[in-house]
Parts: sequence; C-alpha cells; structure tokens
Amino acid sequence: MEKRVVFKNRVLPYILVAPQIVVTVLFFIWPASQALVQSFLQEDAFGTASAFVWFDNFADLFAGAEYLDSFRVTLTFSSAVAGAALSVALLLAVMADRALRSATVYKTLIIWPYAVAPVVAGVLWFFLFNPTVGMLAFFMKKAGLDWNHTLNGTQAMTLVIIAAAWREISYNFLFFLAGLQAIPHSFIEAAAIDGAGPWRRFWTIVFPLLSPTMFFLIVVNIVYAFFDTFGVIHAITRGGPNYATNILVYKVFNDGFINLDLGGSAAQSVMLMIVVITLTVVQFRFIERKVHY
Amino acid sequence: MADVSIRNVTKQFGKSEVIHGISCDIRDGEFIVILGPSGCGKSTLLRMIAGLEQISSGEVVIDGRVVNRLEPAERDIAMVFQNYALYPHMTVYRNMAYGLKMRRMPKDEIDQRVRNAARILELSALLDRKPRQLSGGQRQRVAMGRCIVREPKVFLFDEPLSNLDAKLRVQMRLEIRKLHEDLKITSVYVTHDQVEAMTLGDRLVVMDNGYAAQTGSPLEVYERPANMFVAGFIGSPAMNFMEVTVQEGGQALKLPGDIQIPLNGSALPGWAGKKAILGIRPEHMELDSKGPRTILFTVGQVELLGADTLVHGHIGAGQVPMTVRLPDVHRFEKHATIRLSISQEKLHLFDPETKKRIV
Ligand SMILES: Nc1ncnc2c1ncn2[C@@H]1O[C@H](COP(=O)(O)OP(=O)(O)OP(=O)(O)O)[C@@H](O)[C@H]1O
Ligand SMILES: [Mg+2]
Repeated sequence: MEKRVVFKNRVLPYILVAPQIVVTVLFFIWPASQALVQSFLQEDAFGTASAFVWFDNFADLFAGAEYLDSFRVTLTFSSAVAGAALSVALLLAVMADRALRSATVYKTLIIWPYAVAPVVAGVLWFFLFNPTVGMLAFFMKKAGLDWNHTLNGTQAMTLVIIAAAWREISYNFLFFLAGLQAIPHSFIEAAAIDGAGPWRRFWTIVFPLLSPTMFFLIVVNIVYAFFDTFGVIHAITRGGPNYATNILVYKVFNDGFINLDLGGSAAQSVMLMIVVITLTVVQFRFIERKVHY
Repeated sequence: MADVSIRNVTKQFGKSEVIHGISCDIRDGEFIVILGPSGCGKSTLLRMIAGLEQISSGEVVIDGRVVNRLEPAERDIAMVFQNYALYPHMTVYRNMAYGLKMRRMPKDEIDQRVRNAARILELSALLDRKPRQLSGGQRQRVAMGRCIVREPKVFLFDEPLSNLDAKLRVQMRLEIRKLHEDLKITSVYVTHDQVEAMTLGDRLVVMDNGYAAQTGSPLEVYERPANMFVAGFIGSPAMNFMEVTVQEGGQALKLPGDIQIPLNGSALPGWAGKKAILGIRPEHMELDSKGPRTILFTVGQVELLGADTLVHGHIGAGQVPMTVRLPDVHRFEKHATIRLSISQEKLHLFDPETKKRIV
C-alpha cells in the first residue's frame, strides 16, 4: 500500500514549490536557454545584428587549436587539482584518524580553508608567491629557484593548482575522516592479526572500504576544478601567461566579456553544460549503488 | 599448538586499572573459557593475549616465549571477533586466504588449505560469496575458517556466538567443541553465557571486576564455588543466599524461621555462635511433606517451564526470598505454604566478611 500525503487544496502545493521554481528558472533555465540560443547565433562586429548560423560556432571551436588547447589545460588542471586535493586530504585524514579518534578540535581547524572564498584564497596565494613581495617567492629565490609565475607558464599552472587544491583539501578531509571513522576498528585488528603491516592494511582493507567516498569525491573535485575555480584563476593569473592557465570557464568569460565573441562564448558554455550534465549523471548512477564492494 | 601462561597480568586505561593481576596456566590443547559479567574485563584480557592491547604489567607467554613486545602477527594466534570482522569487500575465499597471502604462502598451498577448511566447515558452495550475502551462522563459520587455515598456536574467541539466535547458538557451540576435539588447538574463549562456558570449557576462569575469582573445571566451579560471586554467577536461576547462625559446637545451622539443619559430620570449629551465609541452589531442594527437618516455604510467582517449574517465594518470618526449581509441572496457589527439604551435601557456606567459601 502506498501512503502519500494528498493535498486537498489544489493551489497550495504550487505555492510551496514556487520559490524554488522561480529561482531555478531565473538563475538557471533562463540563462542556460539564452546561452543555448546564443550559441547558434553570430553577431556582426558592432553588435547590432545577429544571424542564425546553426553549428558554425561549435565548428569554429573545434577548428582552431585554441579551444582544444584550453581543453587540454583544463584536463591537466582539474586532474592535478583533484589528485593533489584528494591525496593530501587522505593523508591528513589517515593521520588524524590515527592520532585522535575522538577529538573534534582538529576537524574544525582543518575545515577553515573551506570557509575562505575562492577569490580570497587566490589573492592569498598570489601574495605569497608574488615575485616582488611574496614570502614564498622570496624564500624560493634564496633557495636558488627563480620564481616568476607571471612569466613562466608551468609555474603559473603550479600556483593555481595549489591555490585551487588548497581549498578542496578541507572538504575532502572531512569526508575521508568520516569514511575512515566509519570503518570498524575490528577489520584493522583482524588484518593485523592476519599479518598485514600498516601499509598493506591500508591498501588492502582501508582503501577499498573508502572507495565509495573516494569515487564521490573524485567527481565533486573534478566538477569543482572545472567550474568553481574561476575566482582563483581570475585573481592569480587571468588565464596567462600566454594562455597557460586559460581553463575552459575562464575562456568562456574571456571570450565573451573581454573579447565580446558572444556566440563563441555561448557555444563554450553549452559544451561545459554537457560536461557537467555527464558528470552529474555518472555521479548519480554510481552513488545510487552506495556500497559497491 | 602451544601452552599459554598468563602471569600476574594487569591493565590500566589511563589511571583506572581494569585488570588487577590475573594468572593462569593454559596447557597445550586445552580449551579455556573466560566467563564473567559484562564489563569485568574479559575482552581486555583476551586482547592482551592477542596483542591488540598493551600489557601494563606482568607477562604473557606463548609456547615458552614472552610475547609482551610482539606484534599480533608475530604471536601466531588467530582470533574470532564478536562481529566476525569479515572483510566486506572480499569473497569468502579471499577472506580465508588473506592471512596466508600476507604470510607469503605459495598459491597452491593457500588454495589447498582454504578448500580443506571450507570442506570441514561446509562452506565449499559459498566460496565466491561476499560476507553480506551470508547468514549469521555462515559468517560465523567463515570467521572460524579464517582462523583454521592459519593453523595457529592459539585460537582466541571473543563472544563469537552472541550475535546468533538461540537455536543456532546451540548448534555452533557443538560445532566449536567438535572442531576443537579434531584440531586440538589451544583455545581461549570469552563469554558471559554460563551454558556456553560449562559445555565448552575444559576449565573456566570466572572473572569478577578485573580479578580471577576462580579457576577450575566447570563441575568444580559449580560444586565448590570459591566465593559468593562465583556461587551467584554460576547456575541459573541463581543460588539462594540467606544469613544463618552456626549453633554452639558448630554442628548445625539455624535458618530463618527457627529451622535447624545439622551439618553432616563436618563440624565448623571456630564458627560456633557466629553468623554465616548459607547458599542453596534452587535445584537442590525438593518437595517433602513428611521429613523431620523440612522448611516452610511460601509460594509467590510460579514459572512453568515444561520440564521444570520455578517457584519464587520466601521462607521464615523475615521474608527471606528464595527460588526453588522442581522437576516436572507443579501448580501451586499463590501464598500457599509448601514443605521443602534440603540435600545436606549440597550446602554452601560463606564468610559474611570476606565472602569466601568456608571449607
Ligand atoms: N579503550 C578503553 N579505554 C578505557 N577503558 C576501557 C577501554 N576498553 C575497555 N575499558 C574498560 O575496561 C573494562 C573492561 O572492559 P571489557 O571490554 O574488557 O569488558 P568485557 O568483560 O569484555 O565486557 P562485555 O561482556 O560487555 O564485552 C570496562 O569497564 C571498560 O569500560
Ligand atoms: Mg567484551
């Protein structure tokens, strides 16, 4: 027997969901459809007229090396961010789990970076690594490393990866720590009696049991690196030097609002939308089967 | 196979001491049961033998070697946990093979041992299942299989049957006993269930609040409990206690309600005129309407168990509570008075001060 609440009033349910619908339509559906429409249009040089050009904007994207370059940069960037944020967080969580199975102080401390807005995080790192005034840049110069991320593309990339990953570490840490604490201690004790040392215990017992958490976090981190790192890039490198850190979201902004190629920018937005939809579908597909060992 | 010696072992958690110096020598191939109420430190003692808990002072010796500083893996023991602790992401086969793989045993020997253990435990058809696809009893067997394949010197069990239903518990109890008789591996088994303890153990260590109250064979512990704690803990329903006075000359006891019971020849020198605690098991009293020295018992609640009848009530004017277990079915009116006789060989006397048995 199915039990559900039936509203006698026909209007009330709609009133109740209305705010959510308004917000979704206003801030998602409407801009998204605008972007979709825009991606099929091409404006003339003065922005006075636009023509329907079918998939020309998309074809243009894939014809030039620029977009594919940006795609490559994004892949490097997001896999490095996810990789760094996940491995550092896992390391910290394992140590925290071991050190204090009960205390909560550490947990609250480590979440702090997450409370810092991406732009502020970006600015912080920007100053630390600033070639003229940055503390870290200063020490690196002393150590014989010539740091100048405004000229060196690899260094710029390293810097934005650190800045972007730094913020995710705290978020990942909490999930990993929760995951670790949910693993009954007796599994680890049984493995210890079975003759597995700490290293093998981790890789044969703990890590597999963390895999649902891991999978969830990989998707979340990639989505973050793809879409939520605009602030970091904008504050530190503005996509430079020489497009070395011009990731897709930043390129959308740059092409659309700086170079005013609205059609091309919209086409890129649509591409990003496809990526995020795909990731979300993958996410839900696997999260549905929560425990997959 | 090995003998195990526990020598004056203590355990402190921070400032509080939970094990206050326990000693016990376990012979090769013996099945020892550590029995005690919840929180008395049974698991802690077992975990110190396993190496999962640091030993605060004293020594644990396995096969002639002091193992205090050895890792669990180096002690050559195997343990069945209360929740089984089967690795949830591994099949039954891999669960059993894990310990052998960690010890770098050749693949074909692992395979042979796992299949052999699976055959003994009737798990052969389940080797490809994951733990969550097994019933409680099957999980229990896998946990045992994981120990058997290792062929360790000592088996440790921490309440392995407490998660099973009553019927399965009886069945697994028999299987564990049978397995022990086949393998003859020294075993230490922790439980708070006295039936398990009585049926499984070659010897029992009855624990009370971090002390070993008594060590001995199940019958010894039942027939000659060393103190009031053991007397009250072993046996169900629990032993009845009442205050009695030892008569002048130490030849008889005066019970509440002015009843006198002679002591069978065994006089109690030095106890004449003093108070003592008398213990009588519910099953050691019988209905007796004609005997010369019967006690009057007022019936309260009656529990019909089918094979037996438990009668709760009291004796004497002081309303000393007492429980009697009578074979067969008896129907008594509430507040009825019945006459009971006590078998004199089955009396237990304890010192009211030290709670120890008076020999
Ligand atoms: N890690 C610990 N830290 C502090 N105290 C502990 C710890 N582990 C156990 N204790 C205490 O030691 C005492 C004995 O615990 P233990 O687990 O050995 O009892 P037990 O006899 O196994 O009980 P049960 O039958 O409920 O399992 C308890 O009072 C418990 O609170
Ligand atoms: Mg316990």
